[in-house]
Amino acid sequence: MKILGRIAFYLLVAFIVFYAVFPFYWAIVSSLKTGSALFTADLIPASSTFENYVALFREQPFARNILNSAIVAIVTTAISLGLAATASYALGRMAFRGRTAVSFVILSVSMFPQIAVLTGMFELIQVTGLYDSLSGLILADLILTLPFSTWVLTAFMGDLPRELEEAAIIDGAPPLRILTDVFIPVMAPALVATGLLAFILAWNEFLFALTFTLSEEQRTVPVAIALISGAGGYEIPWGRIMAASVIVTAPLIVLVLALQRRIVSGLTAGAVKG
Amino acid sequence: MLRAGSLIAASLALCAAFIQPAAAKVTISISCSSLGIEMELCRDGAQAWAQKTGNEVRLVSTPADAQERLALYQSLLASKSDKVDIFQIDVVWPGILANQFLDLNQFIEPAKLDGYFQTLIANNTVDGKLIAVPWFVDAGMLYYRKDLLDKYQLKAPETWAELEQAAKKVMEGEKGIQGYVFQGKAYEGLVCNALEWITSNGGGGLLDHAGQATFNNPQAAAALDRAKGWIGTIAPQGVLGYDEEQARGAFQSGKAVFMRNWPYAWALVNAPDSPVKDKVGVVPLPKGDGEHAVHTGTLGGQSLAVSKHSAHPKEAVDLILYLAGAEEEKRRAIKGSFNPSLKSVYNEPELKQDPFFSTFSTILSSVATRPAAVAGKGYNQFSSQFVRAVHATLQGQGSAADNLSGIRTSWK
Amino acid sequence: MRTLAQRRAITAWSFLTPMLVVLALVAGWPLLRTILLGFTDAGLGDFGESQFIGLANYRGLASDPYWWRAVANTLGFTLISVSIETVLGLIIALTLNTHLKARGLVRAAVLIPWAIPTVVSARMWGWMLNDLYGVVNAMLLGLGVIDRPWAWLADPTLSIASVIAVDVWKGTPFMALLSLAALQVLPREIYEAARVDGVSAVKVFFQVTLPLIRPALFVAILFRSLDALRVFDIIYVLTGDNPSTASMSVYARQQLIDFQQGGMGSAAATALFLIVAVFATIVVTAGRLRIGGVVR
Repeated sequence: MKILGRIAFYLLVAFIVFYAVFPFYWAIVSSLKTGSALFTADLIPASSTFENYVALFREQPFARNILNSAIVAIVTTAISLGLAATASYALGRMAFRGRTAVSFVILSVSMFPQIAVLTGMFELIQVTGLYDSLSGLILADLILTLPFSTWVLTAFMGDLPRELEEAAIIDGAPPLRILTDVFIPVMAPALVATGLLAFILAWNEFLFALTFTLSEEQRTVPVAIALISGAGGYEIPWGRIMAASVIVTAPLIVLVLALQRRIVSGLTAGAVKG
Repeated sequence: MLRAGSLIAASLALCAAFIQPAAAKVTISISCSSLGIEMELCRDGAQAWAQKTGNEVRLVSTPADAQERLALYQSLLASKSDKVDIFQIDVVWPGILANQFLDLNQFIEPAKLDGYFQTLIANNTVDGKLIAVPWFVDAGMLYYRKDLLDKYQLKAPETWAELEQAAKKVMEGEKGIQGYVFQGKAYEGLVCNALEWITSNGGGGLLDHAGQATFNNPQAAAALDRAKGWIGTIAPQGVLGYDEEQARGAFQSGKAVFMRNWPYAWALVNAPDSPVKDKVGVVPLPKGDGEHAVHTGTLGGQSLAVSKHSAHPKEAVDLILYLAGAEEEKRRAIKGSFNPSLKSVYNEPELKQDPFFSTFSTILSSVATRPAAVAGKGYNQFSSQFVRAVHATLQGQGSAADNLSGIRTSWK
Repeated sequence: MRTLAQRRAITAWSFLTPMLVVLALVAGWPLLRTILLGFTDAGLGDFGESQFIGLANYRGLASDPYWWRAVANTLGFTLISVSIETVLGLIIALTLNTHLKARGLVRAAVLIPWAIPTVVSARMWGWMLNDLYGVVNAMLLGLGVIDRPWAWLADPTLSIASVIAVDVWKGTPFMALLSLAALQVLPREIYEAARVDGVSAVKVFFQVTLPLIRPALFVAILFRSLDALRVFDIIYVLTGDNPSTASMSVYARQQLIDFQQGGMGSAAATALFLIVAVFATIVVTAGRLRIGGVVR
């Protein structure tokens, strides 16, 4: 009975792993096929070719697109973390009137569907003269990352023990010093975890990037993927799309795998205790 | 203070003197296709014009998906941006975007427009304004497997009933093959297919010139009911989720006898590595058996329009006329199977010899047009309601007559 | 001389201000505009020429059966997929919290779907779920599970199931991660004591573990629900505007972009916001979550 239970358990785990990994495996397999071989369901490609990958970089500034994605994601993450950290110090550690209201306002910003803010955001980008530039994209992406980062960091801050800052307060250190000297070091794991979440959001963002950039030199990878079209108007070059998908996903997977312990410990340390 | 001011003025004048000659040379941004042969053709054509006139061109890539491209165009035009001068637009967009484009009648002599198919010019004319110059033209065609029909001693179907019989016969003999694939997903492609079924069955078009519904007739309903009968018999259940590419995927991998698709599929099913290379034929789509039944294909294709916010409308119009000129259209037809919008190009020897183009030009004589110009801004809404009715019918939810009568009848 | 409370409030606001200013800058106008447009008959891009028409758009919305269908679709989608994600996520988290040998490998594997861009993953699944040449049907046919290809994305019932399956695939890692984080801070002693007393593992889970991780679980459920209620990409890429799967966001997009009805579309978006807000309030109350952190 106990052995059967064990076997059932391992089967379940095996199924979950298969479910999680197979689509990505299939994307890799598809990216190595060309032409009509794509429309066959061979689990292991009969012959593989890197033609799709080569074509990707040859036919468009794909390397530039990757760099753009990286710039946008890194800058957005940095700004979000900086602003969210200071705000979360106030929201998580200080009692003042209006705190709950502010928290609700921040949360409700992330309750609007992205499509609904698109037009207003477009006008904002026009007015600021940031159309077709990475800065405009960073500005727009903040609406996605800022509320989220503030929330997670606030929850984390709120759960840290009181004693942490007491010594510093008694020493008469100014609040900013307390934040930078006492809290930031303790928060490092949470900053990494939140930062990664924000990075993924910005890296994967599609709708804003499609609408607010126009020239190939300013476009990010998700848009570049969407704009890969085939020989005729209707042809979808699956091989190339899959190759591009593998490329856009690979850095994130590496990042997630490299930081996975930190992500868990960052969240463990308190961010999810509500 | 005064001296500084005059210095600035002097240097400004100097700059202006330098800029002036260069200002005659302008940069025109054009949005056409983003990749592959279509982009190459557009780029080479635009470059050739730039060389000839001494101006510059810049290509702006936009999504291949029609809905996404339209959404992007709308955002761009609504923001009054002058970043794009020329837009490549779909045959159903003139009504939707009419207010954002220049009236080309004011720039082009009427005589220059005589050579284009009048159906296309009419389609691109909204309230007397010419919104865009036709560039290339599409129409639905029937692709069939020559080898399989020969094997079972069948000939290419003339009517839908013949298509059904032929499909059944081949399906009985061959294992794992589907009879007919088309575009049955709930999107614009289904409008094209359903219009073909209805018109070919003598059910007429969809809206009349006053924007009133004309599809509430027995022949239109019968055409949809017939198509409903295909699902699960000669067409796979999954066809209700197919767009052009999914249908081509099924057909090209040898999994279907017949396919409805646009001309673009011709080059691809005959590509060197295609499993069905040299085994495929094209004919006009079958007709029904009712009164006024005709062979028809829904009109598709793309045109070129100039943004109202363009800083250089004259040059932009000149580029459009170059791209949609006889020489350039012939080059595009030979290199990329883009069917010319100019009648005369079909008489060029290279095109005349090719059976594909001759089949296509017969289809062009009896195309069915979607009511985009008459419905104007409301077209997408009409399209959406129509698609829902047709898709529900195909899914077996309600009869065709009931579903069609649920659509709003006035669209003006 | 200011009181201590006043001084503290000033400090607090000075820390909050940079974030609030930036948030107001990027979110203020777009959100305000959407809410205002919902009361007008604006088309696309002619905000200036539009007329105030009061609640007419909302009345139009209330009488449109397709809107209600979209609401029902979205709520059903959210309820089912978030429930499955919670259960699966907990199972994965419990697995990762044991002394399983291949723990690192499993953890790495389940995180992969999370890293793949939504647009990309929707396309990937559309490719895999194709009825004639998709790999899913090929495998199931090969295994003899089904006897003819299933139309995953065309059949009304199957297409909802497919959309949910893709969302579960994408959302479960987040659930697992947050649950795991909560599990790891539980004191080991509780389990030791339970084991000595001979309490069954199932009982320990329901009576000890679950109550302890409940707050964390509710935060995870809250964030996943916010995403699920606004679901767009997955449904739009897989099944388009098909009314049997269209979500509220898909409906709003269709009104705003395809039909160029800025007023109606904005009203739909605002209604969607209100529904999400109600839902969030319910989750926050049910989970007895403390909003805005704690000051002890």
